[in-house]
Amino acid sequence: MQKLSDIAIGEEKIIESIENEELAQKLLEMGCTPGEKIIVERKAPFADPIAIIVSGFMLSIRKEDAEQIFVK
Amino acid sequence: MNTSKIKVVLAGNPNSGKSTLFNALTGLRQKVGNYPGITVEKRTGNCNLNKNSKAEIIDVPGAYSLYPKSIDEWVAQQVICNKKDEGAPEVTVVVADATNLRRSIFLITQIIDLKMKVVLALNMVDLSLQQGLIIDVSRLSEELKIPVVAINARKQEGIGRLKQAIIQADSREVLPSFFDVRSLFNNIIEDANELRKTKNDYDSFLALCLLDTNEDIKLNSLCKKHQFIPSRAQAQETIRRYKKIDEVVDICCATVKIEGNRSVTKWLDDVLIHPVCGYFIFLGVLFLIFQAIFSWSVYPMDLIDSLFTDLSVWVAATLPAGVFNDLLVKGVLAGLGGIIIFVPQIAFLFAFIAFLEDTGYMARVGFITDKILRGFGLNGRSIIPLLSGAACAIPAIMSARTISSWKERMITIMVTPLMSCSARLPVYTLIIAVMIPSEQNWGPFNLQGLVMMAFYLLGFLAALGTAFVLKFILKAKERSYYIMEMPSYKIPDWKTVIYTIVEKVKVFLFDAGKVIIAISIVLWFLSSYAPGNRFEKIDAKWAGKENAEIHIAAEKLEVSYAGIIGKSIEPAIKPLGFDWKIGIALITSFAAREVFVGTMSTIYSVGDESTQSIKERLESVKNPETSKPFFTGAVGISLMLFYAFAMQCMSTLAIVRRETNSWKWPIVQFLYMGILAYLSSLIAYQILS
Repeated sequence: MQKLSDIAIGEEKIIESIENEELAQKLLEMGCTPGEKIIVERKAPFADPIAIIVSGFMLSIRKEDAEQIFVK
Repeated sequence: MNTSKIKVVLAGNPNSGKSTLFNALTGLRQKVGNYPGITVEKRTGNCNLNKNSKAEIIDVPGAYSLYPKSIDEWVAQQVICNKKDEGAPEVTVVVADATNLRRSIFLITQIIDLKMKVVLALNMVDLSLQQGLIIDVSRLSEELKIPVVAINARKQEGIGRLKQAIIQADSREVLPSFFDVRSLFNNIIEDANELRKTKNDYDSFLALCLLDTNEDIKLNSLCKKHQFIPSRAQAQETIRRYKKIDEVVDICCATVKIEGNRSVTKWLDDVLIHPVCGYFIFLGVLFLIFQAIFSWSVYPMDLIDSLFTDLSVWVAATLPAGVFNDLLVKGVLAGLGGIIIFVPQIAFLFAFIAFLEDTGYMARVGFITDKILRGFGLNGRSIIPLLSGAACAIPAIMSARTISSWKERMITIMVTPLMSCSARLPVYTLIIAVMIPSEQNWGPFNLQGLVMMAFYLLGFLAALGTAFVLKFILKAKERSYYIMEMPSYKIPDWKTVIYTIVEKVKVFLFDAGKVIIAISIVLWFLSSYAPGNRFEKIDAKWAGKENAEIHIAAEKLEVSYAGIIGKSIEPAIKPLGFDWKIGIALITSFAAREVFVGTMSTIYSVGDESTQSIKERLESVKNPETSKPFFTGAVGISLMLFYAFAMQCMSTLAIVRRETNSWKWPIVQFLYMGILAYLSSLIAYQILS
């Protein structure tokens, strides 16, 4: 298992779990459910925030939140 | 004859084309009101469904689910679940972006499970086809057991069929649930239903999940009894619901690989959010916007100005002279003109912002600025309120609603009025013209232009600085997030842009307008009346003399109530370089900053030639002690600093009161801005003079 924040641009992974409950609520309802494919699309300066692609749309999240998302 | 009227709620994800559909359905027959008791405006419009039936369409803010996270989403949830509005929605139309079908279905199935009559309006099917996603519409309708209509909101395609579906849905039976929440939480829902006297399982489930927002002791004890943790239950339910949605999506959709799709968005993002280029492009865009606002809006503003001057002259001459004439011309018309003159600038700025938002660029600006703004206790989403603040703080403060973190939203609201709004522009223009020498040039820049630019920058820096201080004062109620969809780039829909402009201008005119007119009338009274018979004495003194009118006006103002107030505050403002006349202007411009110009021109109307312009008049004013020009650069800078920082806008205070739902915040804002203004003027004047 890796943290989403450690994934390089362009890599495709599968969402394993989201640690923070509050964060999980926000991401789950947008379709970032465990088992979904996730691609790191690009990173803003200092790798924060990062843009990811999940079930067909692009989403930006902060680095500190990406650290709570585990992928494989 | 009474035609039936169906109450239709229009819901959907952000960026699903909901506003475009709302505009397509209602046209200009829409109005913006307020929900009773809460602070969010309610957009409603009427629509003819067919010959016999009409619909009242209620537009709710975009939301991803019925679990609200920001005030905007909370309103959406309240309206859909009918907690705040009179009369339940009869049909809910959910707009879905076909390119994001999976995510859109989530909200739809939640609403289905509330036992509502739902119609799915599937928007942007053409785009999804381009991306290689083929949706079997009739199959989708079968699986969800609701009418599904493919539409193209921009091209107004499928609107007729959608209207038909609304009528049919209204008379349909209520359907079984899409996802049975009892399969997860049977016992507690049984108990909750009994307690809430309802059979609506999902409604009870939502009530349990959203407990922290409505304190219900009985429900709370139910949660304890069943060891029900709302946040965990919500996550569990969401995951299971998505599993079921995935089954439906698998059945109804087929994907075809298309080479080179998304390339436009990708290519644009390479440039627009490039770690270096991105910032320069954003600065370039800002520069272009302000350049355009200041140079283009001059023409309509001049036109409005001359129209109001002509109108005032005409009214003054046509109506019989007297108090009513005076009130109408100097109170109402002067106030009205002072508001309407800003419409062009506000319209231009919001045209740009609406345009940039509709293309998808604003989400990118948030992406590249979030990290920087976060350092100041703000959020990538604060960029829209801050930018809008350069036109008018009122709509700007309202646009802070999308910020879900309480702390970041509060800081945004508190600092937005420091941005140089368009009401400061005429004040700056006048002061600079009179008090800053125009001859000095540094290369291609002249000093006057530089001072103007410096003050715009100053407003922005003051906003950031204050935000930084507030970051340490305010206690966060929750962790802050910046989770924002970055939609594919689109060519903006001109209609949506135009409707946005109309809406923002309306808000400005009515919210600000009411206060400004009321205050104008009060000011008119204060400056037109005086205790005792002082006015009569002045009239007698100047009776029969030439050019008397202008002297009479100036002397009357000095002895009027306004003059008395001005003189009484003079000791306090003398260290700033201001006299009692400026004091009057400061007081009058408490209602709205731009009133300054009018007041100054009345106060300083003593001159040899009555045809002198306000600029010439002010330049000829001498300091009685030194007999040098009174309006020096030091006074100018001091005055401009005061206007840059002081909270001289009743309407903004009223909006802050409304948005924060307490008097505490507007009072704090008024005080901190006042202190900042006073101190910076004091320091600047003492150093410069």
